[in-house]
Amino acid sequence: MIINHPLLGPRDAAEFVYLGDAALIDRPDPEAENADEKFYEYGYLRDNPAGEHQELWYHEQGDRSWLVVTRDTLTHEITSVKLARDEAKKRGRDK
Amino acid sequence: MTILEKYSYPNPETLKKQHLKGAIMRYSAFEILKQGLSGNKGWKPVWREPEPKAEYDVIIVGGGGHGLSTAYYLSKVFGMRNIAVLEKGWLGSGNIGRNTTIIRSNYMMPGNQPFYEFSLKLWEGLEQDFNYNAMVSQRSILNLFHSDPQRDAFVRRANAMILSGADAELADEAQLRRELPFLDFDNARFPIKGGLYQRRGGTVRHDAVAWGYARGADSRGVDIIQNCEVTGFDIENGVCTGVQSSKGRIRAKKVAVCVAGSSSRVMSLAGMRLPIESHVLQAFVTEGLKPTLPGVITFGAGHFYVSQSDKGGLVFGGDIDGYNTYAQRGNLPVVEDVAEGGMAIMPMIGRARLLRSWGGVMDMSMDGSPFIDKTHIDGLYFNGGWCYGGFKATPASGYCYAHLLANDTPHPVAKEMRLDRFKRGHIIDEKGQGNQPNLH
Amino acid sequence: MSQQTHRISGGLIDRSSTLGFTFNGKPMQGHPGDTLASALLANGQRLVGRGFKYHRPRGIFTAGSEEPNALIELRSAPHQEPNTRATVTELFDGLTATSQNHRGPLEFDFMAVTDLLYPFLSIGFYYKTFMWPKAFWEKIYEPIIRSSAGLGSLSMQEDPDTYDKGFLHCDLLVIGAGPAGLAAALTAARSGAQVILADEDHRAGGRLNAETYDIDGISGTEWAAQTLAELSAMDNVRLMVRTTVYGAYDHGVYGALERCTDHLASSDGKPRQVLWRIYSKRALLTAGATERPIAFGNNDRPGIMLAGAVRTYVNRYGVTPGKQVAIFTNNDDGWRTATDLAAKGVYISAVIDARDIEPPATVAGAAVYMGSSVVDTAGRRGLHSITLASGERIESDCLAISGGWSPNVHLTCHQRGKPQWRDDINAFVPGGTLPAGMQVAGAANGALSLGAALRDGADCAARTLADLGIKSKASKAPTASDEAHRSSAYWHVPESRPRAWLDMQNDVTVKDIKQSYKEGFRSVEHLKRYTTLGMATDQGKTSNIPALAIMAECTGKTIPETGTTIFRPPYTPIPMGALAGRARSKDFRPYRLTPSHKWAENNGATFVETGNWLRAQWFARPGEKGWRDSVDREVEMTHASVGICDVTTLGKIDIQGKDTAEFLNHVYTNAFLKLPVGKVRYGLMLREDGIAYDDGTTARLGENHFVMTTTTANAVLVFRRLEFARQCLWPGLDVHLISTTDGWAQFAVAGPNSRNLLSKIVDAPFDLSNEAFPFMACSELTICGGTPARLFRISFSGEMAYEIAVPARFGNAMMGALMEAGKEYDAVPYGTEALGVMRIEKGHAAGNELNGQTTALNLGLGGFVSKKKDCIGKTLSLRPELNRDDAIRLVGFKPVDHSQTLLAGSHFITKGETANMANDQGWMTSVAYSPTFGHSIGLGFIKRGHERKGEIIRVVNPARNIEVEAEIVSPHFYDPEGGLQRG
Repeated sequence: MIINHPLLGPRDAAEFVYLGDAALIDRPDPEAENADEKFYEYGYLRDNPAGEHQELWYHEQGDRSWLVVTRDTLTHEITSVKLARDEAKKRGRDK
Repeated sequence: MTILEKYSYPNPETLKKQHLKGAIMRYSAFEILKQGLSGNKGWKPVWREPEPKAEYDVIIVGGGGHGLSTAYYLSKVFGMRNIAVLEKGWLGSGNIGRNTTIIRSNYMMPGNQPFYEFSLKLWEGLEQDFNYNAMVSQRSILNLFHSDPQRDAFVRRANAMILSGADAELADEAQLRRELPFLDFDNARFPIKGGLYQRRGGTVRHDAVAWGYARGADSRGVDIIQNCEVTGFDIENGVCTGVQSSKGRIRAKKVAVCVAGSSSRVMSLAGMRLPIESHVLQAFVTEGLKPTLPGVITFGAGHFYVSQSDKGGLVFGGDIDGYNTYAQRGNLPVVEDVAEGGMAIMPMIGRARLLRSWGGVMDMSMDGSPFIDKTHIDGLYFNGGWCYGGFKATPASGYCYAHLLANDTPHPVAKEMRLDRFKRGHIIDEKGQGNQPNLH
Repeated sequence: MSQQTHRISGGLIDRSSTLGFTFNGKPMQGHPGDTLASALLANGQRLVGRGFKYHRPRGIFTAGSEEPNALIELRSAPHQEPNTRATVTELFDGLTATSQNHRGPLEFDFMAVTDLLYPFLSIGFYYKTFMWPKAFWEKIYEPIIRSSAGLGSLSMQEDPDTYDKGFLHCDLLVIGAGPAGLAAALTAARSGAQVILADEDHRAGGRLNAETYDIDGISGTEWAAQTLAELSAMDNVRLMVRTTVYGAYDHGVYGALERCTDHLASSDGKPRQVLWRIYSKRALLTAGATERPIAFGNNDRPGIMLAGAVRTYVNRYGVTPGKQVAIFTNNDDGWRTATDLAAKGVYISAVIDARDIEPPATVAGAAVYMGSSVVDTAGRRGLHSITLASGERIESDCLAISGGWSPNVHLTCHQRGKPQWRDDINAFVPGGTLPAGMQVAGAANGALSLGAALRDGADCAARTLADLGIKSKASKAPTASDEAHRSSAYWHVPESRPRAWLDMQNDVTVKDIKQSYKEGFRSVEHLKRYTTLGMATDQGKTSNIPALAIMAECTGKTIPETGTTIFRPPYTPIPMGALAGRARSKDFRPYRLTPSHKWAENNGATFVETGNWLRAQWFARPGEKGWRDSVDREVEMTHASVGICDVTTLGKIDIQGKDTAEFLNHVYTNAFLKLPVGKVRYGLMLREDGIAYDDGTTARLGENHFVMTTTTANAVLVFRRLEFARQCLWPGLDVHLISTTDGWAQFAVAGPNSRNLLSKIVDAPFDLSNEAFPFMACSELTICGGTPARLFRISFSGEMAYEIAVPARFGNAMMGALMEAGKEYDAVPYGTEALGVMRIEKGHAAGNELNGQTTALNLGLGGFVSKKKDCIGKTLSLRPELNRDDAIRLVGFKPVDHSQTLLAGSHFITKGETANMANDQGWMTSVAYSPTFGHSIGLGFIKRGHERKGEIIRVVNPARNIEVEAEIVSPHFYDPEGGLQRG
């Protein structure tokens, strides 16, 4: 597979390390009332869709960016690649 | 009496009584002789091709190995008859049809070991039980180790196995040099320091397992319905009352999902999210060769395991590709990684040719261990999360799932394989990799 | 005197030179340009092997990579290559080939008796028997089956050849250099696109080399040669012959195997083959088509060949496979064999066409039978006659059969595309979703006439150029006439009684397909798996379609309703050596060497693999009798005076930014906000699931500058996780990370004289006194007269100890300098073994304890999990089952009888209880002989261990058949109060 890195252009997926669903960005609030339940879901439950999947790849043999890649799990077609840091900020994690 | 003794397979006497005489053609050398002399024209279909009835006591969703063995044991051991197996494709088209055929019980964790040992015991009597030669071949499995810490971990495992009643044997380098002189002992990047043998491990002709179970279940009245895809569950007030399928609505007292590889997809029809990701594991076979390898061998410093099939092909595999996928195919980096592993331990395979590669979609669970459990929806049961180890579990998985379906209590050897274990913090993590499925 | 009894005129071989080779030891001759198959035929050798199951005589069936029969062992050990297709093996001088799968001579195979037993060896017979008595399967039946299965053998010696790998990039990859491929490549190349044209043959041109067509008024062969010459001269074209594109992978990546020296007598030190990963923007599959046979009784005898292959041998190789050739066809193309051979003066005894139509051609001297069929053949080790449906016998030593052509759709299926059936050509063509960026042209796409293939290739290339935004430079597409290629759906001869072969290699017959149907194995996948159809080394290239057609007949369905199995990579088999490339033996993985490696080499070190690192394990001195002597000495002398160890392999992460302390607070369980500048703190990390992950130290060198160390094993992984935390979880923090593991050489200097030693190398005015630089202090400084360094007063050994870091390039010199400075204290270098002994004496957890299954509580590190703050893993670490009262705890063990040895991996059983897993109390993780205490000591996890100090426990090791008793003690054997390290 080839991942079109937003900064570095097309790169072989072999340069990257895969983590999983980009929902891993959404670490729950440890102070929340039901934090244990939320962390259980965060840590263990996955949508695991057959189709479009937002997922985290790390450019370990490259610039060490974490990326959010939107990829179809049936066809492997990649439709979007973003810097995870930007995506995390968009999701309000820098607040 | 150990758990295994208590719940071990019914003894041969019971088996004889339970066998439905005359219901199916009994296979034997005599039958082959008889048919051969009459031009092989008298062979009968191995299974029926029934249409679904309106209602069943149990519907098993998924006609792969585990689904078929569940149906077999439900009908044979637990006395249920009104059972259907619904299969989206052809029977045996689950991962039973695309694995590397290894059986073993070299597990360490208390939540796993008794289960896999039970499974191995069932394998040992399987062919005589279902009157089908699945070529169960206890050729041994050998896990090589290459460092002191790895040795320590294997000693721990070997002892756990022996203490659970399984067989395990540690071999040192000198012994391996004698037994497997073709391994690279003198020029290896990671020297072979020894290995853990399980002599009772080995290989089985995988498709034959599906066919043997299907034949046995069918002969006991189980309707195996091929080309019947489940498209939804009928759930009323928290109770599952049946399924919708490509062949219409079918009612059932109990619905047992058994679709490893597609678990998340199917269970999402019931609104459930699972502690599972789908990943592809590639497998490979070389051209047929005269006897080359005695048993199953696994490399401890890279991703490679190999055995030789009865047809002569070296059947091998390695790591999963590592990204979520439902496509039954993989990519080149893993192909090369696996071949590198192979050449690293047995450079004599350099001129053997890879004939075919394929990919199977795995239910990779969050701790590398499976689930056989009820769900929070009454009447809906779940079996999945087998990672890349489902084949060896086929008999025990079916037996324990049947036990759960028949009695509504978990079978003792599968009692830790619960869906809620992560919430409780009861983790069955043989490799210590944590909640990242692609590392198991 | 020539033995080439079947050599005729013409062909693309070089008759000016003769090559000698042997088959089963018999000397034979051929010419450059020959394949082994053409040379065998030239020498009149029809029998080349034995069938898989029935050991029937088998000959050459095709002229290409689809060959099911002519598999031989090429060369001799250790170069021996089993199952090599003679049809694609280029002849070289000195070639040796040996036939396979027979006992006794090829001509008189003892195993041929199995053919008589065939009624009892019908498909699946082995599933129905060999079950009793149970023990016989592994002892008797299976060894027999195994020794008769398989075809060739490996030499069991290491493959002596080398293999390379490479990457290629292109705008357009053209797969197959037949007419369509050449037309496409020409169009694309003339327009300036970067083109790779790959062909599996050693001579590009595809069927043009085997046929007698004209293109643009010249012979097709000549046109191909001219086109190749033009392409070869262009800088934007890479022409790759002997290169099989074997697999289509995601996003336009193709796997290709180039055979560099297989056509030579010796690879002569050069790589034998190169595995290419081709990154294409677009790909065009022009892989042509494969002819398929018609099944009839005894259709597997040597001398029976595909009609197109017969043409190939005659036209391309100047060899006639027979002297009385009969042709059996169901289509127009088969007639070309008759006309081509007749034109070459080969005697055609008969042309039999299953269709009852007007003969499409006239063939001089040949009897023509329309609407007829071949029902049987005769000839024990090679064909000598055929029998028609009418009962008429015709003498023939070669029967050319044509059942029509199947497009080579294989690569279109590698991403699970589903071929579609075309009734007009009676074949599957590419269908469903093709691999992204792939188009198909020519015969592979069902354009089965030459004119159509040329047009299709050129058109496809033009479309692809437009797609890529490359302006197509109009050039006239090559033209040729569209020859007749009508076909018919005639798959087997129904009136034929004897066994009729479909899959010749796996010995699957028409009857087997019918039996498969009868037994209920009716879906194509069941059919394939039950009969093993198409699972041999040819992957059923010639047999799948006729077999499907027969199954369709049985079920009353159409062929497309019956479906087809999935073609999998590789297109043709690929040697394991090529897939592995250079990554084997010592080069399997790179070595990482520590900065002081040279010094260690020169000072008696024995090295050990630690991940990819090679570390000094111990430093033997003259007179020491074994490793224990060295390790004991290293431990004793470190405890007594001072020892030095290269600890560079520990991960080092430089962390800077104004929010670093807050960041560390998130990733470590313990608090880091208030760590003062100039201090080091131990830190514990959890995974988010609450399991202990890694530990190490972090030093605060400046207000916003920290240096973290990790364990050796987790250096890369911790860095990855920190980047995840930084970029994904807390992107608002001002934190920057860089791995400096390889940037700094780091040495532990441990022992009561460590301060004295260091005082000799630190530059004034740095004050090493306990007051100025106490335990857990850190500082940047210079040493040895100006060399920049970092000093940390931390101890893994339990002694007063330091770790000193210098830029990696000074590492080797640093080791020497430390040893020199330590001379007066008898300083010793110590390796990983002594390091391990001292850490066990001190009770520090390492890899065997931090194994990914244990919690802070288990490790006795519960106190390091701050109650006051969140950190990664904290919430899930609080789950009830992880905090059970009977949770395992890390404790120490010493044997009751001090002369006994503890072994890691042993399990603990309470005294008086039976040793089984139900009574399992835990396991021993790490052990060492402690020269300090004079006996074996161990660390291990045991249930409620913290409450069980003083208890005597059974340490059982049934795998080694050893049991000892041990006392449960504190894990901190050495200096439990920690006075020494603070001293």
